[in-house]
Amino acid sequence: MDFKAMIVIMMSAALVNNYVLSQFLGICPFLGVSKETKSATGMSVAVIFVMLLSTAVTWPIQVFLLDRHGLGFLQIIVFILIIAALVQFVEIALKKYMPELYNSLGVFLPLITTNCAVLAAVILNIKENYTFMQSMVNALGAGLGFLLAMVIFSGIREHTENTDPPEAFKGLPLTMMSAAILSLSFFGLTGVVENMFG
Amino acid sequence: MDAIIIAVVSVTGISAVCAVILCMASKFMAVKEDERMVKIRECLPGTNCGACGFPGCDGYAAALISGGDVKTNLCAPGAAAVLERLSDILGVAAGDLEVKMAVVRCGGGDLEQNKKMDYKGIETCIAAKQLFGGEGMCAFGCLGYGDCKTVCPSGAICMENRLARVIPKLCTGCGLCVKACPNKLITIENESIPVAVLCNNIEKGAVVRKKCSNGCIGCKKCVRECEANAIEVQDNLAIIDYEKCTGCGRCAEVCVTKGIKLFAYKEAGDGNPFKETQIQTSN
Repeated sequence: MDFKAMIVIMMSAALVNNYVLSQFLGICPFLGVSKETKSATGMSVAVIFVMLLSTAVTWPIQVFLLDRHGLGFLQIIVFILIIAALVQFVEIALKKYMPELYNSLGVFLPLITTNCAVLAAVILNIKENYTFMQSMVNALGAGLGFLLAMVIFSGIREHTENTDPPEAFKGLPLTMMSAAILSLSFFGLTGVVENMFG
Repeated sequence: MDAIIIAVVSVTGISAVCAVILCMASKFMAVKEDERMVKIRECLPGTNCGACGFPGCDGYAAALISGGDVKTNLCAPGAAAVLERLSDILGVAAGDLEVKMAVVRCGGGDLEQNKKMDYKGIETCIAAKQLFGGEGMCAFGCLGYGDCKTVCPSGAICMENRLARVIPKLCTGCGLCVKACPNKLITIENESIPVAVLCNNIEKGAVVRKKCSNGCIGCKKCVRECEANAIEVQDNLAIIDYEKCTGCGRCAEVCVTKGIKLFAYKEAGDGNPFKETQIQTSN
């Protein structure tokens, strides 16, 4: 367990290979739930939670069940099944034991069932041959990257809401353009992680 | 062949395990819901359109149950049928569906008499507006080329003496004219509002007086006379708070320039909705 390697994996997932801004995964909530910083944060926390949980469940299933019996081709369908069931289970459990958290996450929790960033995180963990701990760190990094992108972007959107752009730019066009510029700025982080420890 | 069997069995197995866990979870971790919640959810359309102002149908249902001052008539797609059933479940009076309509906030100073120039350009409001704010003296009022009339899908706007007028019977409150007016003169209000300030000019009273005989000069006479304290003057313009307004019509009676007008939609039909405000008080 190399601590430095863990940091590199996490920073790489959060910044350089940011799931939203560099790999264009999970664009749906990125554009849909980013109108207010508050709901964007709620959504992101829910995503981090589900990413960690689904990684913890799918990694053993891949390694101990699918790989062992040569069923690698079932990966996607099994993972989708598991994520969907997991999200449902988490929703029921939260409703019972943590109604406050349940209410604050609200509609975002079931939305995550179909969030491709979660599926991508668990599949990439397997593809990169990460160990269990590395997978968890990668999932956490991906989630934090999602949070970062959501919070920055919702901040930008809250500001652009108050501006008076030319008619043609109003609404979605302006949102798309600011998303593009933000994504471009994240390319500035390329190469940072590789040289982080000299 | 073996691979298929193993694949089918393992996917089925995983699904079955998930299903069992979820079933158990939903049984053992069930949260008792207000039974009215279930009923209300059933009778709402379930489209989560958000027209009621709450986040989805469940949000509206929760707000209804919470006992706050939430009306049962907010569901636009459900219309009358849903209203009736909601009121049944909650045991409250049904109330009326709020019918919306457009109000043109200009009383129309006589544009032909009161020009600052002769405009010979393209005959649309938006083009006229771009040349020194239109040909009329007042830069806030109706531009008189009927951009709102052009966009209105139900033919509810007509031009009278170069002033847009809404025909209440035909207006559906869709709000297309609100976007079309370059002076942002049109607002959507409840059809039941009794009075409206028909002026949008925020200049000082003396300036308004010179430009228009109907404009609001911000004299605050209506503010003083209103018994419900529903009127305040912001930026030299009277603004009526319809939550407080009782519809007594006193403001329209006392208005110095007749910038506040009484509405009388129901009697008006397709005619002029503005009552003559020359009601003489017997004193």
